[in-house]
Amino acid sequence: MVSIQTFARNWRGRNRLKMAQREALQGYLYITPWIVGFLIFILGPMLVSLFLSLTEYNIVNSPKFAGLTNYYTLAQDPLFWKSLGNTVYYAFLFVPLNIIGSLGCALLLNQKIRGRSFFRSIFFLPSVTPLVATALLWMWILQPQVGLLNYLLSLVGITPGPGWLGSPAWSKPALILMSSWGAIGGGTMLIFLAGLQGVARELQEAAEVDGAGSWTRFWRITLPMLSPTMFFNIVLGLIGAFQQFTLAYVATSLSGQQFPAGGPLYSTLFYVLNLYQQGFDYWQMGYASALAWVFLLIVLIFTFIQLGLARRWVYYESDSGSTKW
Amino acid sequence: MVAREIQQQSKIIVLGKPSPHLPRWAMSTCLYGILVILTICFGLPFLWTIMTSLKTPAEIFIFPPKLLPDVVQWENYVEIWRLAPLATFFLNSVVVTVFAMIGQLLSACLVAYGFSRFRFPGRDALFVVMLGTLMLPTQVTIIPTFLLFKFLGMLDSLKPLIIPAYFGGGAFAIFLFRQFFLTIPKEFDEAAKMDGASSLWILTHIMFPLAKPAFITMAVFSFLGNWNEYFLPLIFLNSPEKYTLAIGLTYYQRVLMAGGHATEHLMMAAAMVMTLPSLLLFLVLQNYYSEGIIMSGIKG
Repeated sequence: MVSIQTFARNWRGRNRLKMAQREALQGYLYITPWIVGFLIFILGPMLVSLFLSLTEYNIVNSPKFAGLTNYYTLAQDPLFWKSLGNTVYYAFLFVPLNIIGSLGCALLLNQKIRGRSFFRSIFFLPSVTPLVATALLWMWILQPQVGLLNYLLSLVGITPGPGWLGSPAWSKPALILMSSWGAIGGGTMLIFLAGLQGVARELQEAAEVDGAGSWTRFWRITLPMLSPTMFFNIVLGLIGAFQQFTLAYVATSLSGQQFPAGGPLYSTLFYVLNLYQQGFDYWQMGYASALAWVFLLIVLIFTFIQLGLARRWVYYESDSGSTKW
Repeated sequence: MVAREIQQQSKIIVLGKPSPHLPRWAMSTCLYGILVILTICFGLPFLWTIMTSLKTPAEIFIFPPKLLPDVVQWENYVEIWRLAPLATFFLNSVVVTVFAMIGQLLSACLVAYGFSRFRFPGRDALFVVMLGTLMLPTQVTIIPTFLLFKFLGMLDSLKPLIIPAYFGGGAFAIFLFRQFFLTIPKEFDEAAKMDGASSLWILTHIMFPLAKPAFITMAVFSFLGNWNEYFLPLIFLNSPEKYTLAIGLTYYQRVLMAGGHATEHLMMAAAMVMTLPSLLLFLVLQNYYSEGIIMSGIKG
């Protein structure tokens, strides 16, 4: 009797084990495309570029080991610092502008208004416009002499208007303007809008009953509840802004044809643009790989700083699970 | 914590001054005023481009500028196809977009199924690694990837723009599909499993039909991403007959400017030709698209 029971238990147990193994095997099989892709297109290249960053490599000759030379060169390269400065300038203006703008638009669209979906679509259109088209379109609008924007500025008495993409002082603001147009009404706004509709109604109403004005409710309820969404968008937004390439490349390589992209006077030479030119214009593959790895480190540092700061201002609902209304 | 703060704060306000309110009509006038201004900000550059694309060369340089053309020049949209191999660029873009989209949808779907429906050692760690790649800038891997495709003899072809899509389809796509699969009750596949269905049958007969919205959402993302992509084609393609529209447009600009005539109207027309497919797709499928953005943003 006992032995039969044990046998049955063992048998069932083994069968279960077999099933678990089968399940695991199938699971691995299904994720195989990603694992292979990860090894070939992500992990492999990362290691190879780490190796290349320690070599001198111009594609024609085979890589020559050079130790940390590339990293020393980089630290003393004025173009590296210039491009890093430009990128930080751009990212630190663009990201807050984008977050505040998106939040503002979302708050506006969250009011009781007619034609909400019409406004939403119009706000959203620029963000589905291809970046190249955005660049071409704004190059035309920002044309200093006959462009639309400087004409509109002249109507309010600003003449002559800024030189925009042709002027070292105005080229970065011009790019911030272009990318804000394509970003403010886009994904971030939609996410905020969804977040706003998710901000607990009861919470809002309770506060209103208690006599909290709309200003107080915004700062004390809406903003804390949106802060996780905001944090997520700031982190990804900053990583995205650091990678700015297309707008700058298109807008500056065409406006002054005989000059390389990133002008005038390197004022729009962003980090990735510099990396691209070193790697694919000058074929300094080793040096460009060093730039790529330093770029990764910079992005990681900024992300970790934000993770550290997040504890101070991001509010997670579950943290205060004990405090119930 | 915050709840208590809110209570305290609101009590103070009750005891203090009542918050001043503007009359309702003033509020709504203000509201619609801002909405109209924003609509102009977002819409005018667009309208301006379309109008420029329908003007004569003489009209585009009139100062002060006029919004509307005297006579609408539809022939600009015919002219652009003759001046450069725009049709070839267009076709290349279609090929890349369609084949990359197929690869991305198929492989992301398989991988997401693996992550969401099977238990295996290391699954959660692998998933975290997978999500981590979302933050990895493309530029970090671009040089070895370029060398790899050079080694394979695939430079200056559309293959480097298509092939990687078949290997997992990217973290975002996998994440989106997984989120969607998690919403499908497990009882469905367990019932099928009882009847002896294989996991592949469950994927194709239960998950696929139910995940249709996720497919459409991801298709829109994939289309926009591949159609707009600039950095990768710039690196992988050399000869104009291989160009996609994105880099073709900048090439087109150089060709036009080399002629020395005023060509902004044609340039704007070409830009509109590139924008139109994205725009149409968005307008038709905007609900799916918004849903996808919200899903990724809120739960991310």
